[in-house]
Amino acid sequence: MTAMTAANGTSVSIQDLSLNFGVVTVLETLNLDVAEGEFIVLLGPSGCGKSTLLNCIAGLLDVSEGRIFIKGKNVTWEEPKDRGIGMVFQSYALYPQMTVEKNLSFGLRVAGTPKDEIAKRIARAAEILQIEPLLQRKPAALSGGQRQRVAIGRALVRDVDVFLFDEPLSNLDAKLRAELRVEIKLLHRKLQNTMIYVTHDQIEAMTLADRIAVMKGGVIQQLDAPQTIYNRPVNRFVAGFLGSPAMNFINGRLEDADGGWRFVADSLEIPLGTYDFAGPPAAGPAVFGIRPEHVSLNSGTGWPFSTAANVEVVEPMGSDTLVWLKLAQQNFSVRVTSERTPNNDEAVTVGFDPMRASLFDAETGNRI
Amino acid sequence: MNIANTTAETSVAAGARQDIIGPYGPKPRRMISRRNIFLYGTLFVMAAYYLLPLYVMVVTSLKGMPEIRLGNIFSPPLEITFEPWVKAWSTACTGLNCDGLSRGFWNSVRITVPSVLLSIAIASVNGYALANWRFKGADTFFVILIVGAFIPYQVMIYPIVIILREIGLYGSLSGLVIVHSIFGMPILTLLFRNYFASMPEELFRAARVDGAGFWGIFLRIMLPMSLPIFVVAIILQVTGIWNDFLFGVVYTRPDTYPMTVQLNNIVNSVQGVKEYNVNMAATILTGLVPLVVYFISGKLFVRGIAAGAVKG
Repeated sequence: MTAMTAANGTSVSIQDLSLNFGVVTVLETLNLDVAEGEFIVLLGPSGCGKSTLLNCIAGLLDVSEGRIFIKGKNVTWEEPKDRGIGMVFQSYALYPQMTVEKNLSFGLRVAGTPKDEIAKRIARAAEILQIEPLLQRKPAALSGGQRQRVAIGRALVRDVDVFLFDEPLSNLDAKLRAELRVEIKLLHRKLQNTMIYVTHDQIEAMTLADRIAVMKGGVIQQLDAPQTIYNRPVNRFVAGFLGSPAMNFINGRLEDADGGWRFVADSLEIPLGTYDFAGPPAAGPAVFGIRPEHVSLNSGTGWPFSTAANVEVVEPMGSDTLVWLKLAQQNFSVRVTSERTPNNDEAVTVGFDPMRASLFDAETGNRI
Repeated sequence: MNIANTTAETSVAAGARQDIIGPYGPKPRRMISRRNIFLYGTLFVMAAYYLLPLYVMVVTSLKGMPEIRLGNIFSPPLEITFEPWVKAWSTACTGLNCDGLSRGFWNSVRITVPSVLLSIAIASVNGYALANWRFKGADTFFVILIVGAFIPYQVMIYPIVIILREIGLYGSLSGLVIVHSIFGMPILTLLFRNYFASMPEELFRAARVDGAGFWGIFLRIMLPMSLPIFVVAIILQVTGIWNDFLFGVVYTRPDTYPMTVQLNNIVNSVQGVKEYNVNMAATILTGLVPLVVYFISGKLFVRGIAAGAVKG
């Protein structure tokens, strides 16, 4: 990360940012460096402060402490228009009484840009977003997807350094959301701008981001590439928030027996010979987490760990099937392809490699 | 077995023909039902209750005095005369002057138009600032403003007389305009604040990102979207200020009396013969302006009231 920042230069830098509304702390001494041209996704449940952070970067909210740099310039006290940002909102926020063209040009007209320059920029944005036929329409005559495209265009014409997206796809239906997701990714490839994107949708986060910042309670829990966050979550919250179906958690103890460390829950004993510990482990209560897709069903005994279990419920989901069973009297799910769906109450063997698992401290929830 | 089969077939065939078996399509509504009689009966009684006095006024204003003395107040005029209307407008005596209501009409126009424009201009900006620019102490300011709406006017009459005298505006039309603008402020600000608060917050934010400032957002984004609430405010203010009697009689002089005060002077004069026809004509003339305003913009009024009432 440091290497990348050094190579490309920092686009947005947030330093020790705090925000309080009275006694409520929304953001707590938050630090974030976004590299030039990077696509950062702020991901978290509602109320985690991700939209607030975006509004702080945009200058729509005054910060309580800390500072914000954009393109190396301290913009902490600057007005939104002077920060070199463009913003796309969840509700599109198009001006209803203006045509699409007027919507796109509003910022430029306010800034007093010459007419031919405005026309040029609108033509470019309309071409990139393929909204040329819509320019003379009012927002009310557009579909949701078209409106969101115009909203992106409004940021595009202003020729900004940083694009801010505030849950731009949340108001669209599932199909359109998937389409526009790809379009936003293409747009990023074409423009190579820095983009900061707020969402609570983990699919959007995984597919779009260069790096994801998972937030909770106004604090960034983990900032990493999507695959790292997925495979090596730093704490139980991140592990549980990402992934659908969710990760399995088994409560138990970490014990140091002869022959190495093992995880013990009830009669279950998982040897941790292949597990990559984050630090020197200590015996005590722990949570063992493994994703349903990293567990295998009825595929022999070649796994470092395997055990027998009975199928309780089967959930067919089309492309694959989620099989629910009990390990150490705790719910456990396994994802199998739909051709290999077992029957209810069938006896099966469950096998996995603890290398793919995550161990968390039962108290702090941190990765062990 | 065979017979049962045939019956089933016939009933299927008959089911397709709605005139034979069971209800089909919209349920027929009877015009004379108990519900309709009650509904229209109530409406008719209420309408008659409010229209009858108006009818008497119009009829009486078109009669000569000899005909009125006959006492048949409901009977239509035998001989229609417009003389009372002319007299009420141009020659009736109102205290010192004998040039009828025309003087008061123009005074009222000169009071109402600036008061309406001034109060709405200030209140709309007030409401916009309160709804969108959460400045320090905004809530306190709003509470004070709302409390103002509940204080009886009579309490403040004398202090205002003193204030107007001190700044040299007592008895002038501009003094009355200021008074009307101030007293319209609480309710109008509340109206505008609620309307602007019901607009999507993100619209305001988008305009800020686009670089529009306080006035830019107000004039270019908010104003074009708020026609309904302006119509409501105009109607409230026009009727309120036009119909005002108390402030008019307290803060003006006889030659600047508004129409309502002049009307009172005509109707309540204790000398000479009571000219009922002139009184009726004068009353209708005075009430004409708010009536016309309602007729023109009634629909917009209802829409605007509904729009402003959505969010508190």
